[in-house]
Amino acid sequence: MVFLNFFISGISLGSIYAIIALGYTMVYGIAKMLNFAHGDVIMVGAYVCFYAVARYELPPVLGVLIAMLLCTFLGIIVERLAYKPLRQAPSLAVLITAIGVSYFLQNAALLLWSSNPKVFPSIIGRGAYKLFDGALSVSHVTVLTIVTCLLIMIVLSLFINKTRLGKAMRACSEDKSAAQLMGINVNATISLTFAIGSGLAAVAGALLCSAYPTLMPTTGSLPGIKAFTAAVFGGIGSIPGAFLGGLMLGVIEIFAKAYISSQLSDAVVFAVLIIVLLVKPAGLLGKQVTEKV
Amino acid sequence: MKKIFVCTALVLALAGSAFGAPFKLGGTAPLTGGAAIYGMAARNGAQIAVDEINAAGGDITFELRYEDDTHDAEKAVNAYNALKDWGMQVSLGSVTSKPCEATAAENFADRIFALTPSASSAAVTEGKDNVFQMCFVDPNQGSASAQYIAEKKLATKVAVIWKNDDVYSKGIRDTFIEKAPTLGLEIVSDMTFADGNDTDFSVQLTDAQTKGAELVFLPMYYQPASLILAQAQGMGYAPKWFGVDGMDGILTMEGFDKSLAEGVMLLTPFNADSTDPKTVAFVAEYKKRFNEVPNQFAADGYDCVYAFKQALENAKANPDQDADEICPLLIEQFTTMVFNGVTGENVRWSANGEVTKDPKGMVIQNGAYVGLD
Amino acid sequence: MRRLINLKRVEARRIYLTYFVVIAAYVICQTMSSTKMMSSSMRGMLVPICAYMVMAVSLNLVVGISGELSLGHAGFMSVGAFSGVATAILLQNLLPFAPVRLAIAMISGAVFAALAGFLIGIPVLRLKGDYLAIVTLAFGEIIKSILNNFYLGVDSAGLHFSMLSDTTRLLPGGQLIIRGPMGISRIMKIATFPAGFILVMIALAIVFNLVNSRFGRGFMAIRDDRIAAESIGLDVTKFKLTAFVMSAALAGAAGCLFSLNYSTIVANKFDFNTSILILVFVVLGGQGNMLGSIIAAAALTILPEKLREFSDYRMLLYAVILIMTMLITNNDNIKAFFQNILPGSKAKFQKEESDA
Repeated sequence: MVFLNFFISGISLGSIYAIIALGYTMVYGIAKMLNFAHGDVIMVGAYVCFYAVARYELPPVLGVLIAMLLCTFLGIIVERLAYKPLRQAPSLAVLITAIGVSYFLQNAALLLWSSNPKVFPSIIGRGAYKLFDGALSVSHVTVLTIVTCLLIMIVLSLFINKTRLGKAMRACSEDKSAAQLMGINVNATISLTFAIGSGLAAVAGALLCSAYPTLMPTTGSLPGIKAFTAAVFGGIGSIPGAFLGGLMLGVIEIFAKAYISSQLSDAVVFAVLIIVLLVKPAGLLGKQVTEKV
Repeated sequence: MKKIFVCTALVLALAGSAFGAPFKLGGTAPLTGGAAIYGMAARNGAQIAVDEINAAGGDITFELRYEDDTHDAEKAVNAYNALKDWGMQVSLGSVTSKPCEATAAENFADRIFALTPSASSAAVTEGKDNVFQMCFVDPNQGSASAQYIAEKKLATKVAVIWKNDDVYSKGIRDTFIEKAPTLGLEIVSDMTFADGNDTDFSVQLTDAQTKGAELVFLPMYYQPASLILAQAQGMGYAPKWFGVDGMDGILTMEGFDKSLAEGVMLLTPFNADSTDPKTVAFVAEYKKRFNEVPNQFAADGYDCVYAFKQALENAKANPDQDADEICPLLIEQFTTMVFNGVTGENVRWSANGEVTKDPKGMVIQNGAYVGLD
Repeated sequence: MRRLINLKRVEARRIYLTYFVVIAAYVICQTMSSTKMMSSSMRGMLVPICAYMVMAVSLNLVVGISGELSLGHAGFMSVGAFSGVATAILLQNLLPFAPVRLAIAMISGAVFAALAGFLIGIPVLRLKGDYLAIVTLAFGEIIKSILNNFYLGVDSAGLHFSMLSDTTRLLPGGQLIIRGPMGISRIMKIATFPAGFILVMIALAIVFNLVNSRFGRGFMAIRDDRIAAESIGLDVTKFKLTAFVMSAALAGAAGCLFSLNYSTIVANKFDFNTSILILVFVVLGGQGNMLGSIIAAAALTILPEKLREFSDYRMLLYAVILIMTMLITNNDNIKAFFQNILPGSKAKFQKEESDA
């Protein structure tokens, strides 16, 4: 039973990684860019949601919607100002700019909202479903996170595979210049990707802070790195991969803590990641690209 | 009569600022990054004290300058050097332990006297005759906690959850683990977390629960502690909780459900709900200016400035003296004087820079601190 | 054939220019520092700047020349720092003359870091691109995690190691050197600016010699077209591993120099953010451009200090400046402008464009 309880804790933690990883993987899949500022957009989303729900006492659903709206807007502005001018630049230059944006958002949040941690009001309450006479418990947040993850996965997959805009995104992902020749507005498509990714970040922020309720300007950065790891684990660019990678990372982390060493759990997580990548160099569900000579 | 009094006060204030130039008081603190909360608090507390002292217009006035060290030894030394270029005469060291170890070595080499508000590791003062602490040194907190738990017979089976990459947490935990068995306490679970995995505590809590710990000792700051309390409630685990001075502040977190902290015990020198007039005045002023309830760091910063004032007054130091002339005067004062502040009465310092003051056992009842004794 | 000779001359000119700039900067700083014309703040930064320069040059060997993105460079710095400082402490009584002790400590740091680089390089270099990047990040985190749980003590019976908790059980009079998460305290500060300068010169000499040898041409070939290079019989892994180990060794020496400038170090200092900082130096200075790396390392270390007058807005401004610099240096119009006024830099920009 203890084992199962740890498994459930792992799934709860993993579902949070998964929902953050979805945003990472989507932006990477289309724009081929590691957006290290993603974790900080999550933090902004969580703050907006906090103020809407705790200060202005709006219903949680409305709070999340407002956060999504503002984060989408933020994503568009950041993309326009910082990433768009670098479309032709080497990918490393974009990576560094993303890190600059990450510093900017963290420090702006520090000035705007102070460094004092805030306790996030759960958007769904702190209750839990009890199974087997209370021997196992699954919190409502975990269930909501997994349902949201699945929902986002399905909607994203449908959007990318079935709509014209989604088709354009896939085309950009395959070959930007060919897509351009086919009359696709590559710039607009990539901007749209960022907008969607940032909107998702707001949802992730609300769920992250509902599960682990302290909110600080640095809240997004470490889960962001973990989620990035999860995305690579599952095969970056693959949407089901991000989900699977997130869940597995969470479970491995909890098991490592419980059965190996609570001090070395991070080392174990990263060691597993390295082993997986050595066996499957493109991650669990990633596409193996064969090089053409 | 009252008018005359106000007039004289005004004249004195003017005179003070006209004759005696202020002492240049400098310190480094994390003002950005994850540890900014501690640095900001210490700076705000010190600023209030400086403003009060300057407004009162005695012989001693201060000019305070805090520089950002982002909780990093390298940046702290940079910040310290910037303060030195500014002409710092007395130093508040650094707010966090590791940066303060680095700046304390500089203080020692440059003969600039330092009193750190909150850098609590033993290595901060070790081997340096001119570096003093306002807060308890970590090992003392560990053994004091063990002693308190044993003496009050709070529990015999104890679990410890601590932060592995934090000097403060590790320092307290080490002496606690060492001391506890000699007092008849049994450590049944000893689990850690670190920066990268400080969100989920189910493993640590399950371990403590299955091994039958009656009391969980939490040598850490209040932010992870708040998560631990919430998750323990989620799993229906309700042991006694025992915290250290870093736990202070948990009740003032915006949005924190105070019922979670019901029954938590902690040893802390400062209590924002105290009815002591000095504390009441300080808390009111802090709330007015910063819109928050001061925590222990703010109180330590506040006390440091007043301790400096008292020592400088007694030593009859004047602001034209260089830092290395003021330094021996202050060493003499701090090793002999008795100080009364918001973090304790009858505060004394030993020659190695460590503070002696009474930690107060507090328990949280109905969302407020109540003295345990 | 003539083009080749010309290109070589441009290369040579760039190398001499780099040495010249470093030496001139050293002479100026040393004079200013010894005549007290320099502020304490600047004086305090001289050694860390040298260490960061070496870090940037060594990472540029991997990122710029060999073309691999490494996000774990601070890990090697950390290995070098801990092993080097431990060496220095062990030799404290044996070798009272600080410069020799410093040199031996740096060599020891370099050797341990090279060993780590070798062990990590074998699996890592089988991967490519972003996957390689994440694996280096993972190794950086693993090194940090291990060092946070590592204990090293010395007593009359010799050295004692332990992991997770301190079980070294030292004899009376023994000294616990590395204390897990508390790192190393009470370090004797023996790092000096001249030593830093020498290390920068050594790093440059090693990197330039490596780049302009048969080896170096192999590197370029592999970076520009791995498959073609393989097909003419170049041992890609061997080449990459050499660059990786070299780079790790230099980072180790730099880490040792850096740590011996402070009285305390902790493993957390050398985290992901430090790796990123070094990467920023390299990208800002230009991939493959050593002089650029050196200037960027110095400029970005001094910048946050110069922004102190903006107090709370300091790091916000730093972020804005970082973003603006990336935007400006990658703007085609501005690039073309510099190309026209700086004839020597033409070759460099052409190369960068072909990278993009």
